[in-house]
Amino acid sequence: MAILVSEKSRVVVQGITGREGMVRTRLMTDYGTHVVAGVTPGKGGGEVYEIPVYDTVEEAWEKCGPIDISVIFVPAALVKNAALEAIDAGVKFLTIVPDRVPIFDVLEIVRLAKDRGAVFVGPNTLGLVSPGKAVLGMIGGRAERAREWFRPGDIGVSSRSGGMTSAISYYLTEAGLGQSTIVHVGGDAVVGLSHPEVMELFEKDEQTRLVAMFGEIGTTQEERVADLIEEGRFTKPLIAYVGGKAAKSGTRFSHAGAIVEGTRGSYNSKVQRLRDVGVHVVESISEIPKVALELRGSSGR
Amino acid sequence: MSRLYEYQGKKLLREAGIRVPEGEVVSTPEEARDVVERLGRPVVLKIQVWVTGRAGLGGIEFADSPKEAEEKARKLLGKKIKNYEVEKVLVEEKLAIRSEYFAGLIIDDAQKSPLMIFSSVGGTGIEEIAQEHPEKVAHIPIDILKGLRDYEARNLLRRTGISGKLLLKISDVLTKLYKVARQYDARSAEINPMVLTEDGEVYAADCHIAVDDYAVFRHPELGIEIAREFDRPPSELEKIAYHVEEKDHRGTFYFLQMTDEIPKEDRYIGFNGAGGGGSMMSMDAVLNSGFHLANYCDTSGNPSASKVYRAAKIILSQPNIKGYFASGSGVASQEQYHSARGLVKAFYEEKLEIPGVIRLGGNYEEKAIEILAAYLKDIPAEVEGYGRDDSPEFCARRMKELIDKNGSIPHEIRPICDSDVSVDAYGFEIFTGKIAIDHSKCVLCTSKGCVDACAPGILKLLDDKPVLAVTEEDAKKGKCTECLACEIFCQFHEQNAIDIHLPIPGLKEYRNRLIKGTSDLKSTEEEKV
Repeated sequence: MAILVSEKSRVVVQGITGREGMVRTRLMTDYGTHVVAGVTPGKGGGEVYEIPVYDTVEEAWEKCGPIDISVIFVPAALVKNAALEAIDAGVKFLTIVPDRVPIFDVLEIVRLAKDRGAVFVGPNTLGLVSPGKAVLGMIGGRAERAREWFRPGDIGVSSRSGGMTSAISYYLTEAGLGQSTIVHVGGDAVVGLSHPEVMELFEKDEQTRLVAMFGEIGTTQEERVADLIEEGRFTKPLIAYVGGKAAKSGTRFSHAGAIVEGTRGSYNSKVQRLRDVGVHVVESISEIPKVALELRGSSGR
Repeated sequence: MSRLYEYQGKKLLREAGIRVPEGEVVSTPEEARDVVERLGRPVVLKIQVWVTGRAGLGGIEFADSPKEAEEKARKLLGKKIKNYEVEKVLVEEKLAIRSEYFAGLIIDDAQKSPLMIFSSVGGTGIEEIAQEHPEKVAHIPIDILKGLRDYEARNLLRRTGISGKLLLKISDVLTKLYKVARQYDARSAEINPMVLTEDGEVYAADCHIAVDDYAVFRHPELGIEIAREFDRPPSELEKIAYHVEEKDHRGTFYFLQMTDEIPKEDRYIGFNGAGGGGSMMSMDAVLNSGFHLANYCDTSGNPSASKVYRAAKIILSQPNIKGYFASGSGVASQEQYHSARGLVKAFYEEKLEIPGVIRLGGNYEEKAIEILAAYLKDIPAEVEGYGRDDSPEFCARRMKELIDKNGSIPHEIRPICDSDVSVDAYGFEIFTGKIAIDHSKCVLCTSKGCVDACAPGILKLLDDKPVLAVTEEDAKKGKCTECLACEIFCQFHEQNAIDIHLPIPGLKEYRNRLIKGTSDLKSTEEEKV
């Protein structure tokens, strides 16, 4: 089934007439994403690649029918209002691509999303792909590349680094291992769906039999994945890489952070916690396909 | 995170109605004397630098008279503490302390909300104290839409053993602290210690506020020069790099130096990563091959060729590096030939002598590698291009082999020359620079390939010479994407008539000073001989 997006999902692009919005809409439609409308305030009535453009998300909904997903490509300072607009209009899943979104803006989006039962990936995300079905955001760059790099299969990929999301998936493909859905959760300190939430979605997804995760130092995402496993809420085999071993330790936001989190967030804390609950932690990305093949036995593609 | 100095933070707290000790920030001993004369009370002098544990570092002094304050300030100002030189000292009334507490606001990534923390013990070593006395520490998440309600603050305090009138006084401080944090987009805001004085008042005796880098644009009043956290003042080269980034929104360019000085004999690498995760992985590979990193640099998020060019010029302003290593995730979504062209222009201008290993895996990597191979064969250095199927470990090994092969020569800084294009050449402005086309050379050109090379199609032929096909205004506003394709084509296949001038303010002077510094050193060495 894959998670979050399929070829049937009805997608609106907010900021469709901008530089990135236009280029990435091309990628998405070429790949097979069902983009039904675009939104740019003030440019309603126009078209981009024969996709109608409206002034508001509500208008797009009225004229094109229900919208499942909004992909947002507007300048960082305008992201909050764009996201709130989509959630208010009834959209239940957003992909927020821009980076440099102020953190309090993100918290406000989180808050409204919670009230309305909506979720989002990002900000600062390359996006996500359900190979063979649909892509959201800019991952892959061009449709033919995305088709070459990502193949349908049963491995879920969740990564905090955009480039590494593609890299891990590509190396899996090279090893003959396809992916169910590939998610770049975003590079910021607070993101909509973080690793543990993505793991819960993969847990429920029948297509996904195994998950590969790219973690990084900072935040508590990886430790919370370990908590989930301990609580029995994530039971599928997990291969993890944690980046940032070489980074200088001790970069701490504040005393307050240390008081609440203790040593959580450090490289050692993450690796230790993950290993303790039986996660296959690898030292190099190239080991991910190898371990995946071992875990899968000889069932092949 | 962009940190505020104590005196800046206290100003925000005072404006919000939180009591802070009376005083002023000074930058001369005489000013310190004046402050104490005005206050007429014993004072404490605190250095304004971003280090913790100032008392233990000799950064806190006390004075009972104006004269003593002047002497103490003279002692503190100009002092070197860790990486900082003391430029400012906060002079404020000395409090009669009865007890100390801790209050802090952070953004919690797990709950995705602000979190207020309070400890009924505070002061130095708060982290250890909190571990030893968990019953004295409590925290609550804050609903971003409602803010911190006074009763919520009271409940929080009650859990740490605070009661009575004090509970009212501190809860008032907590709700105000949250308001300050929210108003100024603080990633963290701490009052440590919060002090109860002998006369029963609650003061913020010290505070640390760090503003969200992404929200600094909303707060010009804070006067933050570089919206980024440093554990030392930014170096001159970092400042130059920051202004490049600030002026060009296309993609990321992040530059951080990892050492002050690179000895000639040491094995340092100029590092150009792309993307956080890919950069970390690539840095690990470089370090594991026995090198040090001169700098960290990230050019990702689909940067223009001009931005990568500037990044390379800045990386190559570090003397004595032994090689140039560029590597990202290996499977980048961005079109990699832009980066390749930026590097070609920079390496060619520099007449690069140290080897380069450039791992440009991702979209159009074949074209990117071809560009490197085709246009860098004439420079002294060996530069090799690699793609997504070559691991960072392999590339780091190649780096080592190439460096060993050329005898590990150190990189020498060259002066930046002004372009020698004649002033009457045809030209126009682009987003971050200028393009000049010497039409007198175009007469000899047979292919007119610059027009075809121009991806956004802003050039056309007029009387057989390339000119703008869009308005000058559009070219400047970004129709010219600064892909550098026209210049590179003309330089290597035709008459070398196009010059794209991409200034980097301050870099020329910076390099000149470095060059002068080394030549001064050389002449003294010679004198010794």
